[in-house]
Amino acid sequence: MSVAGPETEQVLQAAVQQAQEQRQPLEILGSGSKRFYGRTPVGEQLSTAAHRGVVNYEPKELVVTARAGTPLTELDRVLGEQGQMLAFEPPRFGPDATLGGTIACGFSGPRRPYMGAARDFVLGVRMLNGRGEVLRFGGEVMKNVAGYDVSRLMVGALGTLGVLLEISLKVLPAPEQEQTLVQELGSLQAIQVMNQWAARPLPLSAAAYDGMRLYLRLSGTAGAVSAGRSQVGGDPLPDGEAFWQALREQRNAFFDHQRPLWRLSMPPGAPVLDLPGKQFIDWGGAQRWLISDAAPESIRLVVQQQGGHATLFRGGDRAGERFHPLPPPLVEIHRNLKHAFDPSNIFNPGRLYPEF
Amino acid sequence: MNTMNEQSTDKTALVAALREILPPESIIHTEEELRPYECDGLPAYRLMPLVAVLPERVEQVQQVMRLCHQMGVPVVARGAATGLSGGALPLADGVLLSLARFNRIIDIDNVNRTARVQPGVRNLAISQAVAALGLYYAPDPSSQIACTIGGNVAENAGGVHCLKYGLTVHNILELKLVTAAGELITVGGESLDAAGYDLLALMTGSEGMLGIVVEILVRLLPSPERAQVLLAAFDSVERAANSVGEIIAAGIIPAGLEMMDGFAIRAAEAFVHAGYPTDAQAILLCEVDGGNEEVSAHVNQVRQLLLDQGATEVRTARDEAERVRFWKGRKSAFPAVGRLSPDYYCMDGTVPRRRLAEVLTGIGELSRSYELQVANVFHAGDGNLHPLILFDSNNPGELKRAEDLGAEILELCVKVGGSITGEHGVGHEKLHQMCVQFSPAELEQFRAVKRALDPRGLLNPGKVIPQPRHCSEYKSLGTDTLIPPQQRVGGRG
Repeated sequence: MSVAGPETEQVLQAAVQQAQEQRQPLEILGSGSKRFYGRTPVGEQLSTAAHRGVVNYEPKELVVTARAGTPLTELDRVLGEQGQMLAFEPPRFGPDATLGGTIACGFSGPRRPYMGAARDFVLGVRMLNGRGEVLRFGGEVMKNVAGYDVSRLMVGALGTLGVLLEISLKVLPAPEQEQTLVQELGSLQAIQVMNQWAARPLPLSAAAYDGMRLYLRLSGTAGAVSAGRSQVGGDPLPDGEAFWQALREQRNAFFDHQRPLWRLSMPPGAPVLDLPGKQFIDWGGAQRWLISDAAPESIRLVVQQQGGHATLFRGGDRAGERFHPLPPPLVEIHRNLKHAFDPSNIFNPGRLYPEF
Repeated sequence: MNTMNEQSTDKTALVAALREILPPESIIHTEEELRPYECDGLPAYRLMPLVAVLPERVEQVQQVMRLCHQMGVPVVARGAATGLSGGALPLADGVLLSLARFNRIIDIDNVNRTARVQPGVRNLAISQAVAALGLYYAPDPSSQIACTIGGNVAENAGGVHCLKYGLTVHNILELKLVTAAGELITVGGESLDAAGYDLLALMTGSEGMLGIVVEILVRLLPSPERAQVLLAAFDSVERAANSVGEIIAAGIIPAGLEMMDGFAIRAAEAFVHAGYPTDAQAILLCEVDGGNEEVSAHVNQVRQLLLDQGATEVRTARDEAERVRFWKGRKSAFPAVGRLSPDYYCMDGTVPRRRLAEVLTGIGELSRSYELQVANVFHAGDGNLHPLILFDSNNPGELKRAEDLGAEILELCVKVGGSITGEHGVGHEKLHQMCVQFSPAELEQFRAVKRALDPRGLLNPGKVIPQPRHCSEYKSLGTDTLIPPQQRVGGRG
């Protein structure tokens, strides 16, 4: 295998240029850990896995730049050595999950409502557009408003707008201490309590409800965590970290199903949703997992009425709509943007929406 | 000043058509009435719009846009016009669309911790309206008393607290916009993310070129239990700059971390009597916030760290009054420096923090070679510099010298891996420096994005994204406002 860097970038660039000439659709992937996500992948596989490695890491700057194929485990190790972390706590869904795939999917873990989402930490990208041009947007500085925010536009675009080559991220110091507290509550009350604490100056870093128990995680200095604990109450969970990891990776008993799994993104204070199936509440109420065989239209209707949107995350029909259908003017904007970046429609066509 | 529209607009026909949409008092078209609209917060650039309109309902904005779309008339949106990059500079053959009358807070949702506001609401008014709930809106640009939230969205405004709490893009959830064709769209939503592309991020900071913001849902945060500010004096700018990285390396993210150089310190002290040490070469203001325990721990840690880094003095604000006074000096630094000079020009570059000391030295050298005083006031925590160039426009050639010096400072920022603008936007002012920061292919990609949302190029045309011709002229010949690097007054070849 050649050395990652200019060589692997040139390989990717040449592949895109060739695909564009031949109008050959490409399925962009890293390790393939998130191939389950979105509509059915089509096209010839273009792997960014060999384009890996940390390009620049400046702990004092709170900035890391890494190639798209860099495994998250490698990033975790490099950041961990300096007492820092990716504060959006990305889910992996596989041992070899790459940074590129994580950003393209825009996944964030339990810390998201309190610290921010993947898109909030992206400072810049180096990418290939559909013409095979290497472009750089944003940078390694915290503030940068020169030109449109193309870097953040790439987050969650599922590779339909470009091939990510390098990503610069803001990183944060890992908390000195963390503690998870558990208490039994009814679902209505749990949603209330999560939102009530989120409105107070507490070092909250995660809040979830499994249908019986409310889990709250506090992070910060030892003093902050113990002061927070005396306010929120509950019993300490001995291996809190394992609980949040299992939730993040969908490895706990709730997710152990072959039935369709829905992700419902809601206003955090939305009431308990009256839907058939079972639910698990994360993100302090803002992300609700639903396992249900109910008709997609009926799920979407209920969710939309409460100000949210629904994604068919796993299972179900991959040829149909996975993401919440967009109103017509937004479909047109999406199609136009897709064309602006990928005029030959070669990148992950149809993966996000059937229209482009 | 040229625009993308070659044919001049028929003003009479335009005004007549606008009268079908808006009451007469909402249409401004005589010269004396238009005068207040000729510039924004960067008065070096002025231009009279053809017509200014002040709609008060979303449908009126849509109708104005549909009309302008039909007639091919460009439109520049304007909030409070506190912008510092000429982003709201009107077009001679265009409509200036003021959103000043959209000044209502529509709803405050204490459960979901959001506020739904119109674009003309002032930034500070949001925090004031929700203070009783123990909440606030985090981004706080220095102009927060006057600037409006719509303008904040257009510029992706930051402020003193954005290292910890983020920029506008991190603190809004949903936008309602009127497109170039007059359609009303909603991007983002009441949940933490939305389906499809992150159009919320694309729209934020797009400087009125992709849509006109008519409603904003902002996220509110709980007010910290306690905030404490430390003031550290240094006998060298470099030492102060290096301390910044050390605080962050210690795992502390200050709520605010600001730096002022000797000139700015003395100007601010003379103006507001903040109690600053006037013999210092630099001061750092470091605010830590959070729970009581955490703040106490961090204050002690930061104090020791600053002393270890060679601070000649470290003071902790004894009470809220002193904390407010420490900040008052910083927040009034621009007008304070402004008092000392007939004119000043405020720059807005960002650099990686580790290059701060080097860039400040570079700015000092440039200042000497251009023979113009530069005061440095900046958000040190996020490497966002605001050099203030002092000049007198009554002296022939001095404005041009100030502009050239500014251009060189921005190009220095790009050279060390930074950006030409951290929070003020490109606007009209930094068009040429876009040619330095971005490649032709990158600029073309920006143009393609613009076409995707505004195919006829009617929203704030001519700003932010330079045409290829501008870049080639800038690099070889210079232009009306700027001369090329090798020919600059203080140029070093």
